[in-house]
Amino acid sequence: MSVETKVQGRVTSHGGVRALYSGNARSVVGRGLLATRSTNWIIVLTGVFEPIFYLLALGIGLGSYIGGGVVDAHGNCIPYAAYIAPALLAVSAMNGAIYDSTWNVFFKMHFGKLYQGMLATRLGPLDVALGEISLALLRGAAYGTTFLLVMQVLGLTLSWTAILALPALLLIAFGFASLGMGITSYLKSFQQMDWITFALLPMFLFSATFYPLSVYPAPIQWVVQALPLWHGVELVRGLTTGALTPAMIVHVLYFLVMVAVGLVFTTRRLRALFLD
Amino acid sequence: MSEPSARLDNVPAPVISATALTKTYKDMNAVDGISFEVAPGESFGLLGPNGAGKSTTMRMVGAVSTRTSGDLTILGMDPNAHGPEIRAQLGVVPQQDNLDTELRVRDNLIVYGRYFGLPRAEVAKRADELLEFAQLADRSKAKIDDLSGGMKRRLTIARALINEPRILLLDEPTTGLDPQARHILWDRLFRLKELGTTLVLTTHYMDEAEQLCDRLVVVDKGRIMAEGAPAALIREHSSREVLEVRFGSDRNAGAAAALAGIGDRLEVLPDRILVYSSNGEEALVEVTRRGLAPITSLVRRSSLEDVFLRLTGRTLIE
Repeated sequence: MSVETKVQGRVTSHGGVRALYSGNARSVVGRGLLATRSTNWIIVLTGVFEPIFYLLALGIGLGSYIGGGVVDAHGNCIPYAAYIAPALLAVSAMNGAIYDSTWNVFFKMHFGKLYQGMLATRLGPLDVALGEISLALLRGAAYGTTFLLVMQVLGLTLSWTAILALPALLLIAFGFASLGMGITSYLKSFQQMDWITFALLPMFLFSATFYPLSVYPAPIQWVVQALPLWHGVELVRGLTTGALTPAMIVHVLYFLVMVAVGLVFTTRRLRALFLD
Repeated sequence: MSEPSARLDNVPAPVISATALTKTYKDMNAVDGISFEVAPGESFGLLGPNGAGKSTTMRMVGAVSTRTSGDLTILGMDPNAHGPEIRAQLGVVPQQDNLDTELRVRDNLIVYGRYFGLPRAEVAKRADELLEFAQLADRSKAKIDDLSGGMKRRLTIARALINEPRILLLDEPTTGLDPQARHILWDRLFRLKELGTTLVLTTHYMDEAEQLCDRLVVVDKGRIMAEGAPAALIREHSSREVLEVRFGSDRNAGAAAALAGIGDRLEVLPDRILVYSSNGEEALVEVTRRGLAPITSLVRRSSLEDVFLRLTGRTLIE
């Protein structure tokens, strides 16, 4: 009896969704909202301003020295501020998702012992992963929506398709949140957490954020095109400027794959860390 | 073991059944083939020193750690396949408090209840009852960091009861608490026991095991050394009384030789000598008759500490 039961047990324990998921990720989201409301909503609020400051300094300030504007994907000339604003919009969604899924997750994992408590209940690792990632996604979406409103007020949305930037922001935030949480689960010290910041800064500066990709030689273009933020920037830029291209489908697919990989990755890690 | 038929007739099916349960980490067997059963409503203890494998066993029973080999059934289910379903019916009090410090006292209970998928109204009702039970009703809005160690522990127990568990798992429930806080906690746990909750607890305090456990296993180095009711274990493995005599550390070994033959058995510890005897006072009379003058002497009843010493040659708290 024991051999058969054991083999069966092993298979279910590693592959069965029932052992990983109880369909209750919303209780994890509920907990996160309650905790945010009662402790750190001011810190959450400060994150909104970073991309707005960039927009004011570079788009409006520096942009006033850049005459002639920039040529978009359809060959139209658009003002510099309208060119970088969608990039900063994608960055704001990324930042919101990254803050929550890296630093907050790191703290809960190592100091708050929050996941240990959650996984002693009916919740499975997929509930926890989905819930925490959704929270990060909500923060990314909130930052993005605020920024989109600022763009609208400043007259930097050039097309009605800008409204589609909202679901695009959700997708971008979802991608960064799920991959961010998976990566964070491997990191053990504050020093290692700084690597995330270190990796994000060049991606932020060089992903065709402030000037077109065409300034780079071909090999560097390939590197930039492999990075997630470039896909986010191009997707959002197409939507807010109205210069739609078929390549945008590729950008969407890129993020769908990122979401799937991140979710699987995070769930497996939570299982390995807390349900060994 | 000897009468399986009697078990079938009279005793309800065990809520926990472990057979040759083993957990191996990279280089060592944390749990090395232990077998035990826990009956519904029973209060079952795992007594042993730190590092004996008690917590690892508790984690496997709590369906948060996968066994390396052996069989384990919790409430009739295999934790490998039914983790969430099993955990839905357990209450867990971990060794170190893991209360949610970002939430207030009452919210800790509410949120935890929601993890089980319970309706909000039901959870709110139970939270208020449990705050009464844990004597924390006046602290419901307090921050976790402002609670004392004993209060945090009581809140953790209240939290573990929010899903009305069939089994309550307590890992070292009173370690690190002052004596008064321990007694309050024991009183609460005893009340749960009276209400019929199945308790499974680990401890390295013999007095705790004696107070709370109907039956216990003595665990050392991942193996079960003995099993039985506290009183039966003491009867079986120790004498009725113990005489403790101290001669000072330099004279200890010499005095031990002179004590030979008094009582059933001697145990020489670095700081004192234990004389196991059915009558401690008589043993003390004999000690003084031999012209030995201990600095201090104490006659007491045998405890689980003596059982552990007898079985392993070591003391529980080192």
